[in-house]
Amino acid sequence: MIPLSYFFGLSIILFVLGIVAFFIKRDLITMFMAVEIMLNAANLAFITLAKAANSLHGQVIVLFVITVAAAEAAVGLAIILLVFRQKKSIKAEDMRLMNG
Amino acid sequence: MTEYFWLIPLIPGASTFILAVFGRWLPKKYVSWQACLSVFASFLMAVASFLGLLKVSPENLPIVKSLFSWIVSGVFSTNLSFQLDPLSMIMALVVTGVGFLIHVYSVGYMARDKGYTRYFTYLNLFTFAMLILVMASNIVLMFVGWEGVGLCSYLLIGFWFEKNSAANAGKKAFIINRIGDAAFILGVFFLLVNIGSGEFKAINAAIGGGSVTQGLATLMALLLFVGAIGKSAQIPLYVWLPDAMEGPTPVSALIHAATMVTAGVYMVSRFNLLFTLSGVAAQVVAVVGALTAIYAATMALTQNDIKRVLAYSTISQIGYMFIGCGVGAYAAGMFHLYTHAFFKSLLFLAAGSVMHALSGELDMRKMGGLRKYLPLTYPTFLIGAIAIAGVPFLSGFFSKDAILTHAFVQRQYFVWALGIMGAVLTAFYMFRLIFLTFFGEERLDSHAKQHLHESPRVMTVPLVLLAFFSIVAGYVGLPVVFGEKANLFTRFLEPVIKPGHKAQLTVSMEWLLILISVAVALCGIYIAYIFYLKSPRTPHVLVSRFPKIYKLLYNKYYVDEIYNAIFVNSAIKGSEVVYDNFDLKVIDGTINGTAAATGFTGQLLSFLQSGLVKDYALVLLLGVVIFLGYLLL
Amino acid sequence: MGAFLFFLLAFICVGSVLGMILSKNQAYNALFLVLAFASLGGLFGLLDAPFIAAVQIIIYAGAIMVLFIFVIMMINLRQGLTPEKKRWTLFLSAGLAVILLVEFILAIRGTFSALGHTGGEKMGTPTELGRLLFTDYLYPFEITSVLIIAALVGAIVLVKKKEKE
Repeated sequence: MIPLSYFFGLSIILFVLGIVAFFIKRDLITMFMAVEIMLNAANLAFITLAKAANSLHGQVIVLFVITVAAAEAAVGLAIILLVFRQKKSIKAEDMRLMNG
Repeated sequence: MTEYFWLIPLIPGASTFILAVFGRWLPKKYVSWQACLSVFASFLMAVASFLGLLKVSPENLPIVKSLFSWIVSGVFSTNLSFQLDPLSMIMALVVTGVGFLIHVYSVGYMARDKGYTRYFTYLNLFTFAMLILVMASNIVLMFVGWEGVGLCSYLLIGFWFEKNSAANAGKKAFIINRIGDAAFILGVFFLLVNIGSGEFKAINAAIGGGSVTQGLATLMALLLFVGAIGKSAQIPLYVWLPDAMEGPTPVSALIHAATMVTAGVYMVSRFNLLFTLSGVAAQVVAVVGALTAIYAATMALTQNDIKRVLAYSTISQIGYMFIGCGVGAYAAGMFHLYTHAFFKSLLFLAAGSVMHALSGELDMRKMGGLRKYLPLTYPTFLIGAIAIAGVPFLSGFFSKDAILTHAFVQRQYFVWALGIMGAVLTAFYMFRLIFLTFFGEERLDSHAKQHLHESPRVMTVPLVLLAFFSIVAGYVGLPVVFGEKANLFTRFLEPVIKPGHKAQLTVSMEWLLILISVAVALCGIYIAYIFYLKSPRTPHVLVSRFPKIYKLLYNKYYVDEIYNAIFVNSAIKGSEVVYDNFDLKVIDGTINGTAAATGFTGQLLSFLQSGLVKDYALVLLLGVVIFLGYLLL
Repeated sequence: MGAFLFFLLAFICVGSVLGMILSKNQAYNALFLVLAFASLGGLFGLLDAPFIAAVQIIIYAGAIMVLFIFVIMMINLRQGLTPEKKRWTLFLSAGLAVILLVEFILAIRGTFSALGHTGGEKMGTPTELGRLLFTDYLYPFEITSVLIIAALVGAIVLVKKKEKE
């Protein structure tokens, strides 16, 4: 019998940690992973609320989120690979073609 | 026949409009016909109105026709309305009559000028503005005409604008006019505030009813008179008129002899009740007029340019008109205006004819003995000179004598004395001009002599007509010696200009004054004869004996140079200072500064475009935080 | 029992995320993340979402992270990257993150008590989920399948090496 607000708090902590990770890291892959953390934090929040509202809609949404995250991960990693082939580096600072 | 008098100004106005808009595509011949005919039509209208006016009894005057309501603003309202009364009638007849003859003359004089259409557009515009001035029924509309003639004067003086001297002369005229106008408009404001309406009828009623104090009247009259000083070229604002001779000669005849410069005299006569109420203002008018009369005459003595002599003569003669007004004889002043219009424009047009014959030469030292070659110009010129000198039986004698007699009667002896001296000088310099130009040895340029020819008929016919009027026009105003009723002119003007104190002079005194005037005129002519015909060495001897006086007169008392040093140069320096400090620093600085600030801000913000995903995400985060914060609070 | 499980799983989750942040080696980062996802799956189970928990473990921990690890292997960087030089954006982001945290807490402060507890009736069975999926959420379901195919084809086309002529 855990109060659901604890889960919420955990979700918040995970989300903020994800943000911090995004800004601290310099390589693209880890930044991408931080994005995944954020997504998962959101999923946790959804499930918590589904339980609180006693409806399954929240869980269905989580299903979709997971699916779309998977597709996004596939395409994103493909792009990272391509960038690596061009620039031989996965440092975020090196990707500044749009400067100015 | 007076119902349509308000068309008098509008006919030339319509002609101006057509010429201004379509002039570029109209053939030259058509332009000549339209311009001259419009003024002629106006003249016929004026004659018809005159005949009708004679039948109107004085209580019904003035006849006012209001065309539409022009300014309606709070407590002040003015209409666009014209007024017909003896005073405006005389002016209208002079403007349209003499104006028509000058238009005809211009057809010949300007025949080969490439600005032909532009010339006639401006000339018609001038006629329109001048007629507005003289036929307005309120002072605001009169001021519109006042400014309009000033504008036309500028346009026509600087007609040959490619010549630097002409353009500068035009500017000089306009600016000096403006100085007078500033005072004039102050006077207008005082009038409007104190009397509540600009209509002449209302103003005269207020003055007659005693609601205007003497001090206030003096103030208003003096301010208006300063405007007249500028417009009519009296001391100290006369310096533009000699320079105005840069314009075409018919322009000098029309604007700077017959009409525009006399607008000041008309205005003073129009406000005769105001000036009479304030004795101080009237005295000022008389003294300024007298001083100008003699001052300008002295400068005319030494000029070698034929048109400049006539210009100084005009300034001097207008001084006489103001003497007339100042001593209370407004009718006499107007009479001189009327006769002067004829003989002065005749003199100018004849001078133009001489210049035309000599292919543009205007220096009298290069003329001489022309009377053999110019059989029509010479006699008409001579008639004009005799008239202005004040020889009896011609018009100038009657008008000048009327003014001087009235001055004497009003015990203004100083003014009278100056007037008499001026008469001597007038006769002298006019005949100096005649003798130098038409008599004596020929000092002509060989090139000019080859092309010497009398002017075409279109130019000489107006000369003859003007000469005729210079002789007969004076007979409508016979001197008092022939009885009170004999002066038709003054009687005609009675509804507007009440006769002042009745002059009480013995008949013998009056004849004595007449004799003095005649003697003075003949004296001047005789002296000129000696100087320039009998012993032509005399002027040179005099010059070598009194070189300093000669230099002073020849350089016009250095007034132009003084004005330049005091006013013009300080204005130029002032504008330079303003340019450096304000124009460059403040205005340019603001604009350049805005540009610099924009660039600087752009540079500051350019970090936002770093191309790094993380920076963009940072901004996103910032936005989310702010948004959430806003929602929470 | 439930409380102990929750705190254990929560601790593991946060700990592995922290480890991911602190580690410089990408492979380690990926492995830490796998641990995090696994614990999350457990948490889902505590919340009466058994199907979702299974899906989480299979897809996230099993498929996505494996994909990550494959890519890391292909990129094959020898050394890890040092964290950023101290740019001012770093501090700004840290500060903003803290503010965000505070804001979130403030946001849900009022609802602490209203949320209720775990336990209670059972829900989240696959049957129920399936029923919901194929009735209310049919459109999203089909579109998602199209999306997956698009991602699949796209990823392959993107990464295909051009044939050298």
